[in-house]
Amino acid sequence: MGEEILMDIKKDYILSKLKDGERIDGRKLDEIRPIDIQTDIIPKAEGSALVKLGNTQVIVGVKMQPGEPFPDAPDRGIIITNAELVPLASPTFEPGPPDESSIELARIVDRGIRESEAVDLSKLCIEEGEKVWIIFIDIHALDDDGNLMDASALAAISALLNTTVPAENFSIGDNFPLPVRDLPVAITSLLADGRYIIDPSRDEMSIGHKLLTITTDKNDNIVAMQKSGSYILKEEKFYELIDVSVRKARELRELLKNI
Amino acid sequence: MAEVEINDKVVRKEDKPQLIVDGKRLDGRGFEELRPIKMEAGILKRADGSCYLEMGRNKVVAAVYGPREVHPRHLQDPSKAVIRYRYNMAPFSVEERKRPGPDRRSVEISKVSREAYEPIIMKELFPRSGIDIFVEVLQADAGTRTACLNAATVALVDAGIPMKGLISSVAVAKVEGVLVLDPMKEEDNFGEADVPFAFVIRNGKIESIALLQMDGRMSVEEMKKATEMAKKGAMQIYELQRETIMKKYSKEDVD
Repeated sequence: MGEEILMDIKKDYILSKLKDGERIDGRKLDEIRPIDIQTDIIPKAEGSALVKLGNTQVIVGVKMQPGEPFPDAPDRGIIITNAELVPLASPTFEPGPPDESSIELARIVDRGIRESEAVDLSKLCIEEGEKVWIIFIDIHALDDDGNLMDASALAAISALLNTTVPAENFSIGDNFPLPVRDLPVAITSLLADGRYIIDPSRDEMSIGHKLLTITTDKNDNIVAMQKSGSYILKEEKFYELIDVSVRKARELRELLKNI
Repeated sequence: MAEVEINDKVVRKEDKPQLIVDGKRLDGRGFEELRPIKMEAGILKRADGSCYLEMGRNKVVAAVYGPREVHPRHLQDPSKAVIRYRYNMAPFSVEERKRPGPDRRSVEISKVSREAYEPIIMKELFPRSGIDIFVEVLQADAGTRTACLNAATVALVDAGIPMKGLISSVAVAKVEGVLVLDPMKEEDNFGEADVPFAFVIRNGKIESIALLQMDGRMSVEEMKKATEMAKKGAMQIYELQRETIMKKYSKEDVD
């Protein structure tokens, strides 16, 4: 209960600052929190990354194994994305099967990677119709201080860049780096009072869960979008957010180039 | 891990038919043309509101129950009604039998659809109660979430739920480099992008966006064009929704 009252007070404070175009942590409206990406932190995984986005922390681990292809794509590898919002990451997360927010999170990350064709799945066929590589992307939230979405998407592509296909373990020839050819980047905005802020923190989320995530590829094409939260979006805002998302994604993509 | 992401979008390139021939689509439609739509309100006796809708080969039924008591009780909200939306596909609705029950896709569709209605339903009028929207896909042929939203709108009006506007929904796809309205199965499977939209319509005008998703690849310019195209399509659907509701009520007058 105490926390709820605090949240209410914070909410008023955040909204009044926002009216003056300011944020409580001093960031500009379109400023993303400091980002730290560490790759290869789980040697037992084929690829891994820890992303810190301000105080938000997410680990993504990539595991790979041979398996049966889907009948409609006999010569292509498979991507399976899963997210776990473990209770360790937030007082509001509860143990149990994935709820709608973790499913939504996993599916948005998955769409960005899949639709940008970031991984060249045609190079992951072992034996057509029989055996292909399956890529398991597991998103493991550690600390939810807001915008797990963008942190997870960034961690996923970072982990993929760091992934080695473990062919030797399965006696299928030599290990080789996972063929990654695009860098999808998700940018999430929080809308409030006719304004928007990029990369909302947990405290800022208290003013309302009105989010729009736009994922773009290295050529500034839009590859995935999701309006999330109970609100209605003005068309002009939508266009504005497309432009800012393209611009901010370019900044983040620079960080990925160093991996 | 019990549930996995199904790779439902990957299709063999060599199976791809020519989707656009002489400026026409496979079913003879123009680029900005909707599939034939059929709607009927009040088709279920037990539900407080209902609608049957066909959009091309999609066949969906929507039912609304409520405002009514919320079970389980702890979900009640003392200040407003709780909205629930359940999107479900019948096992026989698709080529290959779908395992019954919610999968990850249905959970996500249910979430974003509920979130589309929450801001327009006047929930404050019904504290402690629940409004349940159930949509069942009987036959699927791309665009089921948009078909369901259109049916749900009519069912909500049929149930007499006060709303700040109506929702009309349609998708735009990119197929062989061109934008097409209301894609059918082939265009969805083999197309380059799919953008489902739902708009809030008030006083006969599109006011804002209630649902927005996208997968595929589109330039920023194309996205803006797609939005304009979807708005035109949604207005046509809105007119049909109105007619459907009027028809139901004029029928009742005769009794």
